[in-house]
Amino acid sequence: METPARLLDAYRLRLKRRRLLWQAWRRRGELTPVSDRTAAIRRDDILCFATVRNEAVRLPWFLDHHRRLGVAQFLIVDNGSDDGTTEFLRAQPDVSLWSTQASYKASRFGMDWMVLLLARYGHGHWCLTVDADELLIYPHWDSRDLRALTGWLDGQGRRMFGAMMLDLYPKGPVAAHPYRAGEDPLAVLEWFDPSGYGIRVQEPMGNLWIQGGPRGRMFFAQEPRRAPTLNKVPLVKWHWRYAYVNSTHSLLPPPLNRIYDTDGGEAPSGLLLHTKFLHTVVDRAAEEKRRGEHFSNSAQYDRYYDALAENPDFWIPQSRRLTCWRALESLGLMSRGGWV
Amino acid sequence: MSGPSSALVAPNGPLGFVMLCHTAFHRAAETARHWAERGCPVVIHVDRRVGRWSYDKFMADLSDLPNVRFSERFNCEWGTWGIVAATQKAAEVMLEEFPSVRHVYLASGSCLPLRPVKELIAYLDERPRTDFIESVTTEEVGWTIGGLNMERFTLRFPFSWRTQRWLFDRYVALQRRVGFRRTIPNGIVPHLGSQWWCLTRQTLSAILQGPDRTLYDRYFRRVWIPDESYFQTLVRQVSGNVESRSLTLSKFDFQGKPHIFYDDHLQLLRRSDCFVARKIWPNANRLYATFLSDDATAQAGGEPNPGKIDRLFSKAVERRVKGRPGLYMQSRFPNADWENGRTAAPYSVFQGFTDVFENFEGWLGKVTGTRVHGHLFAPDRVEFAGGEAVFNGAIPDSAALRDYNPRSFLANLIWATRGERQSFQFGPADNQTLNWFMALDGNAQISVISGAWAIPLFKSNRNFADIRREAARLQKIEIDHLAILRHSSAKARIRIWTLAEFIENPMEPLQTIVDEISPRSLRRLTEAPRMTDLAGFGQFLQNLRNQGMQPVLMGDFPAGGDLQPAEARRGRPYLVK
Repeated sequence: METPARLLDAYRLRLKRRRLLWQAWRRRGELTPVSDRTAAIRRDDILCFATVRNEAVRLPWFLDHHRRLGVAQFLIVDNGSDDGTTEFLRAQPDVSLWSTQASYKASRFGMDWMVLLLARYGHGHWCLTVDADELLIYPHWDSRDLRALTGWLDGQGRRMFGAMMLDLYPKGPVAAHPYRAGEDPLAVLEWFDPSGYGIRVQEPMGNLWIQGGPRGRMFFAQEPRRAPTLNKVPLVKWHWRYAYVNSTHSLLPPPLNRIYDTDGGEAPSGLLLHTKFLHTVVDRAAEEKRRGEHFSNSAQYDRYYDALAENPDFWIPQSRRLTCWRALESLGLMSRGGWV
Repeated sequence: MSGPSSALVAPNGPLGFVMLCHTAFHRAAETARHWAERGCPVVIHVDRRVGRWSYDKFMADLSDLPNVRFSERFNCEWGTWGIVAATQKAAEVMLEEFPSVRHVYLASGSCLPLRPVKELIAYLDERPRTDFIESVTTEEVGWTIGGLNMERFTLRFPFSWRTQRWLFDRYVALQRRVGFRRTIPNGIVPHLGSQWWCLTRQTLSAILQGPDRTLYDRYFRRVWIPDESYFQTLVRQVSGNVESRSLTLSKFDFQGKPHIFYDDHLQLLRRSDCFVARKIWPNANRLYATFLSDDATAQAGGEPNPGKIDRLFSKAVERRVKGRPGLYMQSRFPNADWENGRTAAPYSVFQGFTDVFENFEGWLGKVTGTRVHGHLFAPDRVEFAGGEAVFNGAIPDSAALRDYNPRSFLANLIWATRGERQSFQFGPADNQTLNWFMALDGNAQISVISGAWAIPLFKSNRNFADIRREAARLQKIEIDHLAILRHSSAKARIRIWTLAEFIENPMEPLQTIVDEISPRSLRRLTEAPRMTDLAGFGQFLQNLRNQGMQPVLMGDFPAGGDLQPAEARRGRPYLVK
């Protein structure tokens, strides 16, 4: 039975979801279409949504990776790039591009733009919402594409698929490993933390809150509450009434956050390989610190940016080398969840 | 219907296929063509809910084949009569139009032949009178959906399970409450089984042309999921030669939904030696290219043996339903008492042992060959074995990080060190958050020497008032902890001695603990840890008492003469010194 308190929570979350949708709708004027290829979207296409800023280095591989997985079209918001990102994306035949100079922070770190595009173009589609430094993998990803995965999820009656961010890093200082656009970033970022991730459930939305990884270990060991959030729900069969709340860490309505089983079983899940720690991160940290657009209380993360700017080495003897998805699954970082 | 290229088609043989299709028609067409060209007539039923355009294209794709027919269309919603009606109609067409057919094989549009059809024909030729249909009584089936078994046959199901679940459940509950029961006609015994069968002409025609067909049809029309029971039940009325198994390889997940086969299952499917498999992912290009070519003859064919690949599927179901014990991750976060094992592996917790013995950690590591940590929950830092700053699994020694989420810390540590038993020290000065968690964890072996925390105080160079205050604090914490350990719901292996008890006879407890940690190396302890000097400890306790603090956890220490280990009496010179 629902207690009155829970019903009240549910009602509050409903109001919150509607407010988020309204807020996204109000920002429609901020997006200027650069190349609109959305007319080519077919009924069962899998779509990918992203907000980018100066990602010319990462985008070629990012697009190729997700293309190979069966993404039919990318819908991308370019937030004031000046490194050729715009020109590159405009030339891609499967990218619809919007540009904006508006504040990333004011747009809830791009989420208002994403929710707007998702509502407009994503309804009824499986939608992957990721950042340019995230590469989705999942059990069997090397032999089965996203159509196979989403087809199976449909059959299971699941509307969403969770994928935790797995921070990857090189061995040695991050800047000592130059990376050029188009190369496989996983050839440079070969290492990850196999365990040490702290998990709890966050009410009232019931989403998980996973923290830890190399950033938690290196920069937030004394104030773990501030460590980056790693849980994400990037792949959702979208409905125009849905809304991402806090990046893609959580969304509404609340049942969409139940990517985990609570009776001991393992639900299916994947990983977002996080390619943040390419050599570019060092220069970028200084710029992001100056812009203060990435955290709601940016000043408290100054030390984090300073540490990043100092060209850190995340590698320790306990780090694991990235091999195949089966190894990641047996470490318990993701699960096939019954998908044989 | 015969097209210009009909010369390619072999003459009709003794085997015909009925195919039920509702999606991925290009694949169904490939499979139908494969069979038809090899002399197997095919009758296809297409779900009536499929649009005109797709249906016409499907028909056009196969229009050149003289031995392919399309039968009357029915709505085939899952769990309803439509599927049986479609099967009946298609089977009638088969029996009527293709007199050469002796065995009719019921397949779906997502089926794929794994072995050449002539091997299947040869197999059936050796068993010309046998009906292959899984048909078991309701008591024997292990699978049920919605908790319904025999009630499928005795209740009514006017509501859809897929789209009107609430009404479905309510109506079932209502019928149970009022005790409603349908009568089963002619006293037939309901049987259940896989929908995919292969029946002889004699049996099939006896079912379809039997005198009571109207009666049975009217009854089964209102049975739930009749496609799993209509033929399975009636075959028992007309056939004396039922081989109760399906020739179609089909695996089901924990929800009763069929597993889908993908390209990477190629070897697995080959290994099964089955004739036909379902269901196949329509984009599995490699599977279709491989199995629909005639090169497949190369492999040796034996008796179909789906059991060979069972392990993979049963393991997958187990992982989906039970998960890996002790794993907490993004898609497995069990509620309390649903963990199926709170931690991944056995571990040992020692309270007071390092206070009593001077070299306990080193000794224990040597004797048991396990990893022995210091106080993992110490207030200032995590005391990993060897003083490491980061331990296996990249777990740092930060106390702040540990205290932020102690349960994740311990679960991660035990998970990341699977295969190597962990032991650690614990005490009332440590973070006590996990006392309940560990007490309820069947993997924990908790050994406590109560009151031993007083020894470091006894040896410390602190003002007595501070010592008294600290002693009172630690005693209270340990009393609370012991109450948890003695609670009736505790599942850990818990042993508690008072300090006095333990000192009197330390070897026996140590032997018990060590035997439990490494049960295979049942040997007497030959080397003991060095016990700390306790001369004057009794007086120390008396001083505490004199100052108004009552030490209750140490057991009976005489104030004057000191307790001595009983080794001399037991005649074991190698024991504790």
